[in-house]
Amino acid sequence: MDPIAGLMHGFAVALTPANLMMCVAGTFLGTVIGVLPGLGPAATIAMLLPLTMKLDPTGAMIMLAGIYYGAKYGGSTTSILLNVPGESASIVTCLDGYQMARKGRAGAALGMAAIASFIAGTVGVIALMLIAPPLAQLSLAFSAPEYFALMVLGLAMVVLLAGESLTKALLAMLIGLWIATIGTDLFSATSRFTFGQSALLGGIDFVIVAIGVFAVGEVMANMEPTTAPDVLPVPKGLRNLLPTWEDMRRCRFAFVNGSIVGFIIGVLPGAGGTISSFVSYGIEKAVSRHPEKFGTGVIEGVAAPEGANNADTAGALVPLLTLGIPGGSSTAILLAALVLWGFKPGPLFIQESPALFWGLVASMYIGNVVLLLMNIPLVPVFARLLKIPGYAMYPLVLGVSLVGVYSDGNSLFELGLLAGFGLLGYAMRKLGYPAAPLLLGLVLGDAMEKALRQSLMMSQGDVAILYRPIPAALLVVAAVLLAVPLFKKFNDVRVRMIDQEV
Amino acid sequence: MKHFLRKGDFWSGLALAGFGAYVVATARHWTYMGEDGPGAGFFPMWYGAAMVVLSLLLVAGAVLKPGAGEARTLPWSDLRRALTCWVAFVACIALFKALGFMLAFASLTWFIIAVMYGQSHRKALLVAIGGALVFQMLFGWVLDIQLPAGPFAALLSR
Repeated sequence: MDPIAGLMHGFAVALTPANLMMCVAGTFLGTVIGVLPGLGPAATIAMLLPLTMKLDPTGAMIMLAGIYYGAKYGGSTTSILLNVPGESASIVTCLDGYQMARKGRAGAALGMAAIASFIAGTVGVIALMLIAPPLAQLSLAFSAPEYFALMVLGLAMVVLLAGESLTKALLAMLIGLWIATIGTDLFSATSRFTFGQSALLGGIDFVIVAIGVFAVGEVMANMEPTTAPDVLPVPKGLRNLLPTWEDMRRCRFAFVNGSIVGFIIGVLPGAGGTISSFVSYGIEKAVSRHPEKFGTGVIEGVAAPEGANNADTAGALVPLLTLGIPGGSSTAILLAALVLWGFKPGPLFIQESPALFWGLVASMYIGNVVLLLMNIPLVPVFARLLKIPGYAMYPLVLGVSLVGVYSDGNSLFELGLLAGFGLLGYAMRKLGYPAAPLLLGLVLGDAMEKALRQSLMMSQGDVAILYRPIPAALLVVAAVLLAVPLFKKFNDVRVRMIDQEV
Repeated sequence: MKHFLRKGDFWSGLALAGFGAYVVATARHWTYMGEDGPGAGFFPMWYGAAMVVLSLLLVAGAVLKPGAGEARTLPWSDLRRALTCWVAFVACIALFKALGFMLAFASLTWFIIAVMYGQSHRKALLVAIGGALVFQMLFGWVLDIQLPAGPFAALLSR
């Protein structure tokens, strides 16, 4: 199916009343989650995933994806009005957005954030639509060794950019691999790490780990008492929320920069929205005629990072949908969702599930329009959410987590596991172990082991099968990436990027 | 007290080294390489060994580098609050079937708001009862998720 025909098919799917409603619900919820500091899209998607099991998968996927990219829109509101990023990818927006708000230009900053997000988000979806099908075609030539090497590379990139300590990131990933091994080995029917519990024979549901580590762990980590935030006022009237033509003219390059940089970095596993927004901000500053003004409230300093972190979401869907390789926590949960619904993200995904792929792409065009229309007039409403105290939010998160896990299997044992993984998530936060590699290890562990064992079966145990050109090249790149911390100069750059993210 | 004994890296490294050793020891009971290729023990053996090596590196780093991981010493007051919340969450799970979702969740909400955040009991009860009712309506009735009803079983089934 060519992209235009595919897109038409996608719009026919996405514009049904039910799917349209899911798109609006997802983008609205995403914006709310983005506005609220602390609770990220990964935790929200994980919590809601079990509740979507009874829904039509296309509609449910449209909603979960809406939460994912909608959160990027909402994150800027908190950055601009509170100087605290609502979502990690919006941290750079604090630099100039908050300064603009302090100078009485909060409306222009909020409006520009929404417009840049819309433009770059739409460009990102166009790129996803054009790049994903040929990439999927190309990866049809991949067999088990290539897949194994690709997964190793994906994990290496995530580990490299996940935490200051590479050792801890690797250990987190290994814990993820261990959790993935729990249950019955499908090759030999051996029970592994089940501790005599029949409930563990089928393995541990990914959703329980994701909700425990992200949602319950997050609530525990936020238990310290906090003072009420000092939110800057949002100007009244729609006209005061729109940037001027002069602002738009000044941001021309920022729109292009944010779109391209965001999409390219989004495709790379592990990099994510925070890094893409930093890189695009850096480029914007480097090419500016007045770089010294950056950080004092220039509008390009809002447009470039906000554009980049939205184009990034479309980029991140490319490896997820065409190779089955997620690049971060949110996409790992989306991958798990697709698998739970019985889909196989990978080279054949577009051919086998055209309604879902093209419906999702079309819904992202619609979602970006919905977000633009929703975010500008409703900013004052979203800003009020910042006044909700934490003590009212945390029971809500714990309640949704409980219902989500319980609805999946009606099992108290699984709720016990949820509490256990919540404690693990909290301990990881406090001890500086990043959670993303654990989740990636868990979601890829099973497929990775299968690919490795199939490769070695093909070669009767000879590892030389991994020396074929593509797997060898991918494994060398992975090894080089993991060696980066050994070189001080490169490691300094890596740590700086992670520090900024933190 | 030795400086490294106060570091989270030292203790977490030790725990993970022990855990990695357990993984390797357990995997030794399974087939490593059979006639058809790698067995059930192949993959766990490798990642278990990697876990042991990496966690020992972490321990060595905590012992040998005086400054490393200092920031990871745990503030006990924060830890106590987080663990109190966790215990309340576990208690809510334990009472989930006996009390039913509404009562268990309302108790958890009341505990967090009134006890942990020191808000008035009236406010806490209002949020707890309101929240439990909204959850029951949204999940139990609108989304048709079967939640334990506890003493309200007869009432909710009508």
